[in-house]
Amino acid sequence: MASQEIEFGLDSFVPLSVDESGQELSGDAVIRNTVEEAVLADQVGIDSFNIAEHYRQDMMDSAGSIILATIAGRTSRIRLGTAVTVLSTQDPVRVYTEFATLDAVSNGRAQLIAGRGSLIESFPLFGYDLTDYEELFEEKLDLLTRLLRDQPVTWSGKFRSPLTNQYLSPPLPEGHLPVWVGVGGSPQSVIRAARYGLPLMLAVIGGPPVRFAPLVELYKRALEKYGYPELKIGMHSHGFVARTDEEAFETQWPHWAHVFEGAAAERGWARPTKARFQAEIDEGSLYLGSVETVATKIAWVIRLLGLSRFDLAYATGRVPHRQKMETIEMYGREVIPRVRELLAEPADEPAPADQSPATANAGASSG
Amino acid sequence: MASGEVADRLGIVGAGKIGTAVARAAVEAGYDVAISGSGPAERIALIVDVLAPGARPLTTDEVVRHADLIVLAVPMHRFRDLGHDLFEGKIVVDAMNYWAETDGADEELTKAPAGTSTVVKAWFPSARVVKSLNHLGYFKFEKARRPAGAPGRIAIAAAGDDREAVETVLRLIDRLGFDAVDAGGLEAGQALEPNGRVFGAGHTAEELANLVSRETVPS
Repeated sequence: MASQEIEFGLDSFVPLSVDESGQELSGDAVIRNTVEEAVLADQVGIDSFNIAEHYRQDMMDSAGSIILATIAGRTSRIRLGTAVTVLSTQDPVRVYTEFATLDAVSNGRAQLIAGRGSLIESFPLFGYDLTDYEELFEEKLDLLTRLLRDQPVTWSGKFRSPLTNQYLSPPLPEGHLPVWVGVGGSPQSVIRAARYGLPLMLAVIGGPPVRFAPLVELYKRALEKYGYPELKIGMHSHGFVARTDEEAFETQWPHWAHVFEGAAAERGWARPTKARFQAEIDEGSLYLGSVETVATKIAWVIRLLGLSRFDLAYATGRVPHRQKMETIEMYGREVIPRVRELLAEPADEPAPADQSPATANAGASSG
Repeated sequence: MASGEVADRLGIVGAGKIGTAVARAAVEAGYDVAISGSGPAERIALIVDVLAPGARPLTTDEVVRHADLIVLAVPMHRFRDLGHDLFEGKIVVDAMNYWAETDGADEELTKAPAGTSTVVKAWFPSARVVKSLNHLGYFKFEKARRPAGAPGRIAIAAAGDDREAVETVLRLIDRLGFDAVDAGGLEAGQALEPNGRVFGAGHTAEELANLVSRETVPS
């Protein structure tokens, strides 16, 4: 994979944030700030800006397509997509019409990641039964891919009314609105992505990314089995860039701790500690630190898993807008060019236990 | 169809992250492993071939016939899809965890005053249920396995009312590469659940034994 072809994106959950005095911002202000963040991402050369889908009090990403359309009107180059569309609880017909329209207003820049979603608040909200989780996703992915690939569509399923010779407007030019399948580690989801011949997006939100290597292998074998050529594999992880490793640590830590205090209470996870935070930075799934530190780690994981796309979920939790803008600026202007540079260098012989960026790049980071 | 001695056979119901990780470890430990997902064996053949080579993909009924020791690792919101007497007389290792955020709100499991394994036990009254293999993440489980006596070997606990069944599971834990800690009766399995004191972290046998006993002392 030539490094020039790799897509570097940003992902946002549009999290409620604070201003620099620690005062909580209103949801509408956070949404407008997110638009500014995407406009800056376009200016500094980032390839895509992607918005997730949640229905929670601390995240304002419940109608991402509207935010994306606003961004489309203020940008000219950056691709615009979802960091996940929770397809199980959406109507694929509506997803098609909204994103085909986004593709039109953005002049062909729309893209989607379809996932089942790791949180389940949309199921009771939209009246779906969680026990239908698998069936719902399967049926809706089937309909969405049919709508994208061969209109008019005649289709029937269990969860919506049938379609007969249905055309949907606006029509999409050939190859527009690429759909990736987002997976969180379930082997069955990996097989499904391959069965539909769709590129794979790995959501790696904690722990060493090497644990996804067997799933990459599974995906490749499954593509072969279903008669598809090799398709792209991408990854989404959290991170934050600052001038120095220390500054990045000090800025992100309190907000990371805040998020994981919440998760500990809600999900029974272990409570956050600075040691765990540091471990996620050193060998886990946080791409946090100076330009050189973050670039080195991204280049390492791209090689480790053979990635064609890397999406940085920039800033975890309530990090203020100004610091997010600085992270975006450094990611676009410095980190991405540096990653491309690192990837253009011949790969070192992989060490026998090439599982952490520090050891993999021990010789390369002295300059 | 089964090869190996009965004591060397292991059945795994559930071919997700946990099921395939246990299968991989058990094959390496010399077990004759059969594993099932939902539906026909063909559906998980490729997954097993890539993620747990050496294990045999079968249907759930076949897996139950294959072994007297079964690891139950389906998503928690799906265990009631299985029949009450499916595991009659078998030792069932309940490796499931209840996550309201991914399993949905389940009143019985949320309340479960004596732990979710007692709910599982009530659903499978003829099975010999032991709570275990659930309290380490699958990646930690994978990476932390060590031969007996190796420095830094961590521990996994088992809790159950059928003491002979617990003994069998403790031997399984040891063969899989962990020190084994008897946590007591099935209700003590609460300590191993999400929000329990030992969940998620890797402890030595001594630490784990202390934490488990502390958990059962009323505060």
